[in-house]
Amino acid sequence: MRGLAERFGRLTSTGLVLAVLVVAIVLGAILTATEGRNFFSLGNVSAILVATSVLGFVAIGQTLVILTGSIDLSVSYVVSLTTVLAATTMDGSSGNVVPAVLLVLAVAAAIGFVNGAVVSFLHVHGFIATLGMGLIISGYLAVNYAGPTGDAPRSFALIGATRIGPVPLPVLIMLGCALLMILMLRRTRVGHQVYAVGGNPQVARLSGVRTSVPVITAHVLCSMLTALAGLLLVARTQVGNPTAGTQGQYDLMSIAAVVLGGTLLAGGKGNITGTLAGVAIFAVMDNVMAALQTDPFLRDAIRGAVIVAAVAVYARREIDRRPARFERPGVLDAALQEAK
Amino acid sequence: MTDSQVTETRTTAPLPYHAHGLGARALAVLATPGGAVLVLAIALLLATIAANPNFGDPGVLIRFLGRTAPIAIVALGQYYVIVSGEFDLSMGAVIAAQVVIAGNFIGEDESRIIPGLVLMLLLGVGIGVVNGLVTTLLQVPSFITTLAMMLALGGLVDYLSGGAATGNPPDKFREIGRGAIEDVPVVDVIPYPLIILTVLCVAAAWLMRRPFGRTLIAVGDNPDAAAVSGARVWRVKTQAFVLSSLASTVAGILLVGYAGVHPSVGQGYEFMAITAVVLGGVVLGGGRGWVLSAVAGAFALELLFTLLTALEIESTWRDSVQGLIIIAALAVSARAWTLGRGRRTSPPPKTADRPTEPTPGTNIGEN
Repeated sequence: MRGLAERFGRLTSTGLVLAVLVVAIVLGAILTATEGRNFFSLGNVSAILVATSVLGFVAIGQTLVILTGSIDLSVSYVVSLTTVLAATTMDGSSGNVVPAVLLVLAVAAAIGFVNGAVVSFLHVHGFIATLGMGLIISGYLAVNYAGPTGDAPRSFALIGATRIGPVPLPVLIMLGCALLMILMLRRTRVGHQVYAVGGNPQVARLSGVRTSVPVITAHVLCSMLTALAGLLLVARTQVGNPTAGTQGQYDLMSIAAVVLGGTLLAGGKGNITGTLAGVAIFAVMDNVMAALQTDPFLRDAIRGAVIVAAVAVYARREIDRRPARFERPGVLDAALQEAK
Repeated sequence: MTDSQVTETRTTAPLPYHAHGLGARALAVLATPGGAVLVLAIALLLATIAANPNFGDPGVLIRFLGRTAPIAIVALGQYYVIVSGEFDLSMGAVIAAQVVIAGNFIGEDESRIIPGLVLMLLLGVGIGVVNGLVTTLLQVPSFITTLAMMLALGGLVDYLSGGAATGNPPDKFREIGRGAIEDVPVVDVIPYPLIILTVLCVAAAWLMRRPFGRTLIAVGDNPDAAAVSGARVWRVKTQAFVLSSLASTVAGILLVGYAGVHPSVGQGYEFMAITAVVLGGVVLGGGRGWVLSAVAGAFALELLFTLLTALEIESTWRDSVQGLIIIAALAVSARAWTLGRGRRTSPPPKTADRPTEPTPGTNIGEN
């Protein structure tokens, strides 16, 4: 009991993110109620959960990559590529579902491997390596696919439509993947190496970590999780769309969700629970703005403001918690001092 | 050791960097990524002329330079931010906002050109200050600050314009972007954008040799060391963001001449600019790279596209080729900086948002 109290007394970054999520839900419920609608109705809750699933897959993968100190900007193109590859391979027949899923996972793993290898062996910054990979895929898509193609069979579409109670099956799969990744980060050697390399690659290397292993693992897992997001989109729309990923802005939104979830963009610190909360905050925000019938263009502006406000809150917290060493004034204090 | 002794030591044993003549040093520069981009640009230029002899005509070439000026100016602006160790993802959105303002505020009224320009420049400064202060004082990573600024500005622009083309500024305003000094011998015309770019390049080269430029690089290399040595990190970085959004503003003014008024003008310019800057050998994470190499990077990128067109490669493959070239160029330049610096084995870690002291027990969090 006392341990529990201590845990609540010492608010961690993740605790703070979850608190922000609770605030978002409460505010959302009140705002939705003013429109005369019930935020907690079965339909609405399940709509929010569905909204979290696609971005959720991508953001879990992005968390792994960002934890190693890299970044993945190719995810939205991987989503697009996955949808067209899966839909064209399935081609309307249930027998092709398993080969199609295996094919896209293999392709995604290969893309992730190349990303990771370029980052760790050629020493190209992750930002550029994955931007380049994104461009390469984008060229391939532009050459080969003009518009929506392929056809997913009904049996595959059922995966997107099935729900257990109020919880849609895709959300359960997403949570399952999240759990696996959490276990990997907390219980396996490579998981610990992810944090070590993200925290300080030199120190990790000198401590005997082969730094390429966690970086490549993270990139491969990220691409494969992104492919699952693409498969989910196919299950929902039953066609492959070469612009599905770029329309969803999964690259930038997943990074925003990861940072909103309290993970340091420089790597080495953060976790998947926070990221899931970050994705949920986005979903709640979108749901409430839809209920209030906010102008869709204005939504982007509000989203931007909320991201900065939330991240600023965490950032200030990081500074406050740092032990004082040289009695150095904070940046704000220094600015005020100068203004005098 | 007294002062005279120091002077004597210097004259007898010059620093390794200055040990050779000017020619040898210039050659050595070409072996660094910042110099190599010049070789790359010239090689691409020669290849383009070989594929399409028409391109070698001075008149055609100078028009190409004029057309490329806006992206070069955006790269110039992005350079300041990248060399200080940050990112600016809002440049495309700033261009769109300025273009829409030009369309809506100036409209067909020629008397509003000057107030319109003043308004656009003020907005540019304002956006830069907000980006800079949120990044430095609120300690939000610039990737997120400017991403949010991109979302917010883009959303507002679409909201105000309804997402479609609006207004049409007078031809006199559009002249800035598409006009030129006529009847020049040899090159036929000198486009105004090229003149503006030249002025900005000279100013940038001068600025980077001023205390501001030196501090900017020091801050990008190691913000903590720079702060301890007395640099006002927050101020220098904010100034870099202001310069970057001002560059977007100028590019926006020029682009109105070419592309007219539409909220999609400037889309993707931020990534183009980052690519150009990095192609120019500037290290992501800050502290290393020359400003004019960033501009050369922009020209190299555009020359590459022109070459692909001249070779009649399907335009849809352009993205793929661009991606491959960027990765290859960066892989080579990562090697070159490593060799040039001897001891450094990897790019400097980004220290901007990393706590100086590890906080025990928080690495795994409360999963």
